[in-house]
Amino acid sequence: MLEVRNLKVRVDDKEILRGVDLVVKAGEVHAMMGPNGSGKSTLARALAGHPGYEVTDGTAIYQGHDLLDMDPDERAREGVFMAFQYPVEIPGVNNAYFLKAALNARRKHQGLDELDAMDFMKVVKEKLKVLHIDDSMLQRSVNEGFSGGEKKRNEIFHMAVLEPTLAVLDETDSGLDIDALRVVADGVNAMRSPERSFVVVTHYQRLLNYIVPDYVHVLSDGRIVRSGGRELALELEEKGYGWVEPAAAGARK
Amino acid sequence: MSTTTEQIKELANTEYKYGFVTEVEQDIAPKGLNEDIVRLISSKKEEPAWLLEWRLKAFRAWLKMEEPKWPNVKYGPIDYQGISYYAAPKEKKKLASLDEVDPEIRATFDKLGIPIEEQKLLSNVAVDAVFDSVSVATTFRSKLAELGIIFCSFSEAVKNHPELVKQYIGSVVPHTDNYFAALNSAVFSDGSFVYVPKGVRCPMELSTYFRINAKETGQFERTLIVCDEGAYVSYLEGCTAPMRDEHQLHAAVVELVAHTDATIKYSTVQNWYPGDKNGKGGIYNFVTKRGICKGDRSKITWTQVETGSAITWKYPSCILQGHDSVGEFYSVAVTNNFQQADTGTKMIHLGKNTRSTIVSKGISAGRGQNTYRGAVKIGKNAGNARNYSQCDSLLIGDRCGAHTFPYLEIKNTTAKVEHEASTSKIGEDQIFYCESRGIAKEDAINMIVSGFCKEVFRELPMEFAVEAQKLLGISLEGSVG
Repeated sequence: MLEVRNLKVRVDDKEILRGVDLVVKAGEVHAMMGPNGSGKSTLARALAGHPGYEVTDGTAIYQGHDLLDMDPDERAREGVFMAFQYPVEIPGVNNAYFLKAALNARRKHQGLDELDAMDFMKVVKEKLKVLHIDDSMLQRSVNEGFSGGEKKRNEIFHMAVLEPTLAVLDETDSGLDIDALRVVADGVNAMRSPERSFVVVTHYQRLLNYIVPDYVHVLSDGRIVRSGGRELALELEEKGYGWVEPAAAGARK
Repeated sequence: MSTTTEQIKELANTEYKYGFVTEVEQDIAPKGLNEDIVRLISSKKEEPAWLLEWRLKAFRAWLKMEEPKWPNVKYGPIDYQGISYYAAPKEKKKLASLDEVDPEIRATFDKLGIPIEEQKLLSNVAVDAVFDSVSVATTFRSKLAELGIIFCSFSEAVKNHPELVKQYIGSVVPHTDNYFAALNSAVFSDGSFVYVPKGVRCPMELSTYFRINAKETGQFERTLIVCDEGAYVSYLEGCTAPMRDEHQLHAAVVELVAHTDATIKYSTVQNWYPGDKNGKGGIYNFVTKRGICKGDRSKITWTQVETGSAITWKYPSCILQGHDSVGEFYSVAVTNNFQQADTGTKMIHLGKNTRSTIVSKGISAGRGQNTYRGAVKIGKNAGNARNYSQCDSLLIGDRCGAHTFPYLEIKNTTAKVEHEASTSKIGEDQIFYCESRGIAKEDAINMIVSGFCKEVFRELPMEFAVEAQKLLGISLEGSVG
């Protein structure tokens, strides 16, 4: 599915990722953890192709394609999705209209017929029901005036409609209360399948009680310093990030 | 990311889509302007003596006037003697049906996507197609005539309804109003005339497509719309022009008169040739548009989407004379490359309880300069007058500019006037968000811009709103790098 080798990423002339290796197979859920500033979100954004994140070295192969050679919209049409840590407001643009354009761009790319308004609404209503999201979210402008929780739920809703092959969740749990967290987790769990993979970026173990990962990685200072099963997350919770940090900090000097 | 750059280059190099020239024989007056030319125009059109006199008065007034220098736009001197002031297709005869229209002209309309026949049959829109100053096709007229609605070219109105023309011409925009209005009054070629009688609601949108074609021929359209007591009309004006190297002057005059309880909606989509990406060529669009809410409870709404022209200078205005009358102005103005726009409105409150709303959306890209200039005047007898103004500017890139000049003149203490203004930039984060959902960059920009303009677009009739959105997309192609 995804094979990242020695990925180095620079933001504003500062090297944030200093050689990341990551292999995600189809159907797997990988949790990416780490202290603030360790590069978790940078990894997510670099995979999505954010223009502010400059890849200086390394490779990322996604389903046999060179991911880094694709523009962000091409990546999305190929099935890569990123749920934003801070979803962006687009005033005056209807959420349903926006999603329809996005879905049809992807369908066209897949050689499928574009959905008309009627068929699209059918798909959307179904997803809303599964996610327990209110219909009114469709007719509002994209993220405009949404509360923090609504924004995150909208991201999951977008993901459910677009049905990506690789979903990257960038700190989707931050700022959520327990109910909202559950909605988000249920949405992700409902979408788990042997063909779909997830990379879940999170600061806290809490989310992983609901979305149970196959693998947990710990990023520190731009490198993955530990990898393991889900018990690694629990161990981290107990011992704190200080437990993995000193070695990395020492390595830097 | 190099593919993005190339794509953008390619898009930026997309030439003006409607830049083609129709080969039709033209009957052109010699270049230059003097009293003889004014007489020639009048006699070519077989006008009555009073109209010739009116033209001559305007011409003499124009000679003493000076071109306005206050707009926030820059252009070289205009050689008014280097322009031909009259052009008409040679083959001019009365046409019984659209089939008799010159096939070349028909083909031009097809290229512009104006399917006259389809519109005639399907969309219930009467189309009065003005081609280089002379009407070539008018449809639906008989259907309208049954209701007593007059919808014809200005020349025909002069011939068939001289009393109405005489009563209203120059009553809202006097021949001495400003330099360009005076010039238009002297040499106007043709245009549209609408009269809706008492109590009649015009059942269809009236629509006119203007097109500037003849080389170095200024266009001096004149439109007059009168809505009698309790009447209603919605009028659409849409424009595209072929590509030319020379600057072309366009100085139109539009006058609207709304009597008691009458409503006039006037919508414009303007897409004249804006010049190339180096700022060469393009139309000078110097227009005077004004409406008067003459009677109580009358209403005039101006909606405009201005994407074309090298320079736009226009302020569709409302004189709110009747008590409880309402004036509205909704505008989207786009400037890309080297385009300049100085546009806005004037709301002149004279009657009691008069209300006005101004919503202006300026979009600047490339090196475009966009100015909103608006005046709200509340007269001393206009008790309880209300105005709400909202001016938003959107910047794309960092070489363009947005300027706002709101003027207020309030002579009545019971007035309530509100003004809101904002300036924002299309954010890289907004574009990336759309892209991360699979929406291509150009589509993302169109979407964001359309969202920004939503409050104006929803004032447009449906088919126009769709067209306006398309034009916006074309105008902003390649504007984000």
